[in-house]
Amino acid sequence: MSVRPNARPMGHKPPFWRDRAKRALIFQVLVIAAVAAFLLYIVGNTQQNLASRGITTGFGFLDNTAGFGIVQSLIDYSSQSTYGRTFFVGLLNTLLVGGLGVLAATLIGFIVGIARLSPNWLIAKLAAAYIETFRNIPLLLQIFFWYFAVLRTLPGARDSLSFGEVFFLNVRGLYLPEPLFESGFGLIPLAFGVAIAASIALIVWNKRRHEATGKRLPAYWLSFALILGLPLLVLVASGVPITWDVPELRGFNFRGGVTVIPEFLALWLALSIYTASFIAEIVRSGIQAISHGQTEAAQALSLPRNLILRLVVIPQAMRVIIPPLTSQYLNLIKNSSLATAIGYPDLVSVFAGTTLNQTGQAIEVIAMTMAVYLSISLTVSMFMNWFNARVALVER
Amino acid sequence: MIHNRTMIDPRPAPRNTLGPVAWLRTHLFNGPINTLFTLIGLYVLYLLVVPTVQWAFIDADWVGTTRDDCSREGACWVFINARFTQFIYGLYPRSEIWRANIVFAGFFTLIAWLAIPRLPFKRWVAAFALLVFPVIAFVLLYGGYFDLPRVPTHRWGGLMLTLLLATVGMVGALPIGIVLALGRRSNMPIVKSFSVVFIEFWRGVPLITVLFMASVMLPLFLPTGITVDRLVRALIGITLFQSAYMAEVIRGGLQAIPKGQEEAAAALGMTYWKRMGLIVMPQALKMMIPGIVNTFISLFKDTTLVMIIGLFDLLGIVQAALSDSRWLGFSLEGYVFAAFMFWIFCFSMSRYSQYLERRLNTGHKR
Repeated sequence: MSVRPNARPMGHKPPFWRDRAKRALIFQVLVIAAVAAFLLYIVGNTQQNLASRGITTGFGFLDNTAGFGIVQSLIDYSSQSTYGRTFFVGLLNTLLVGGLGVLAATLIGFIVGIARLSPNWLIAKLAAAYIETFRNIPLLLQIFFWYFAVLRTLPGARDSLSFGEVFFLNVRGLYLPEPLFESGFGLIPLAFGVAIAASIALIVWNKRRHEATGKRLPAYWLSFALILGLPLLVLVASGVPITWDVPELRGFNFRGGVTVIPEFLALWLALSIYTASFIAEIVRSGIQAISHGQTEAAQALSLPRNLILRLVVIPQAMRVIIPPLTSQYLNLIKNSSLATAIGYPDLVSVFAGTTLNQTGQAIEVIAMTMAVYLSISLTVSMFMNWFNARVALVER
Repeated sequence: MIHNRTMIDPRPAPRNTLGPVAWLRTHLFNGPINTLFTLIGLYVLYLLVVPTVQWAFIDADWVGTTRDDCSREGACWVFINARFTQFIYGLYPRSEIWRANIVFAGFFTLIAWLAIPRLPFKRWVAAFALLVFPVIAFVLLYGGYFDLPRVPTHRWGGLMLTLLLATVGMVGALPIGIVLALGRRSNMPIVKSFSVVFIEFWRGVPLITVLFMASVMLPLFLPTGITVDRLVRALIGITLFQSAYMAEVIRGGLQAIPKGQEEAAAALGMTYWKRMGLIVMPQALKMMIPGIVNTFISLFKDTTLVMIIGLFDLLGIVQAALSDSRWLGFSLEGYVFAAFMFWIFCFSMSRYSQYLERRLNTGHKR
């Protein structure tokens, strides 16, 4: 029987600072104490400062009358509305520019990203030039460029740029015709809903039939035709119950139609173009990440080229593309807060800007604003974790 | 036995695959669809390049001092010329600009020394750059010592301020980021959850709200009577914001090191800090450098946001110059100049990071 020379005599315990578990416990208690002391210090100072400035804390100010107008709001708003309503107007404006920005950025980004991989040398280089130009210039500068150097130098209302006498662009914004729905229009959303339900049923049925018999219909094309065709059919059958309110020049300004304010246009353009350059790189690297062996194996099975893309390359590329893509979407929504620099009435501009200045409730206002962005981020990250768990490759 | 053989006609030689004509055929005009795309691309290029060159070079005015020297249709670079000093140094007093120039020269020399792999004494230069140079730079820029007149921070601006915000934010964020990344990987639940909450909080909010917070709420947090310089407030906001992003980059680097490395070090009886400092970090750092450069690029672009809280960085000072009544109507020139400056910095940094990625790609990836 061999005895290790340095073996500890039984029953002798090491001193507590050598015991890993105890050391961890002590360290964590110290961390909690330090953080708590720091927070107490800050809260104490803040209370003292607020008292000396005569600011009362609390969310009561949200019921006070705001007293300022907002140039664009999706819900009813006037200067008689409350600060609480201001918050929602700002939030909806943020979501509007964020949502439309995500759509446009995805569209441009995928087109440029695929063009970057084009066998055509010129197209690939043009796409590369687009990416390298726009992602290396600060977003705020691009917003200023579109707003001050492009949209604000457009001609006035009388010399508007006209597109087919229906769309008008001038220094005050973009004027679009507005659809006015007459009675009987309710059938069309109904037809749309029926078409979507029918398409889902068709896809499910087609999948079951395919698994059972090996036969299948081009269900996606059929459902696409259904969703587009059925509402159109109803529209024509009911005698097109839409009239368009086309903007008209009366006096010094346009009347009628929908007005898109130049602040929105500038922000939307800059956000979409800037984010698209990042999305394009993500799409390119996602497609390149699929090893060439996958394509070759699919070719060896004599799959046609479009099926190789649809069944082999794209599903695997999406697994690589989607996580960074969602973080780009988050960046876009967070970047939409730069609206405040050109006066687009988003959440930061009307709430963390005007409302804060008028009420002086810095802590509540900043906390509410940050909470909005945090909850959007956390919701999206939860979705991301769920998605990653669903699509992750299971190895071993 | 001799057969009378008839030779079939020789096939024509394959088309040339070398030379410019063949290159055009394979890269631009293979097939009708590609030809169409090429023609569309050429048209787009024509639409973009011709008016730009016309505006920026052929019709442009280069020499002069006032706006009356800009008579022609094209760009008025006279405006940039007249304002150039301001765009670089902000409102820094003209007589003291030599101080800023020394700092600039030192800064770029140090960066170049650290960036070029062949140059020796990296460790000493890095230590100098992180410990000694900031003190020298502060004394030179702010003054107040050695008979140097004091230049208050609200007179700092332009490119100088942009570089200062980005580098200080970055250097400040690095140690906080390392601590947070180690904390997030720690086995201690409380340390881990603090790190996660801290990182996710700063990553979840836009920088602009952080800057608002730093400029509006920070004075409330401090004891009554203590005021903090506006530039310092912005720097605190930027550093905290950046440290969360740094932490994620560092965590990514740490995760790329196989667990066996740390286990082997532990088997040799190394303590936690020895394992991290001697085994894991040196390997991880190598993988992190491209990520660190990328976060630096985005920070460099994000520093433009400080103009919203009233500091005059490069974009801020250009924007302010545009509203000068003597130079109205040259916004395009101003933005093109600022964009060009930012582009040069960001593009060269991204190229450098790609170069590093190739150079450092030694062991872990195949």
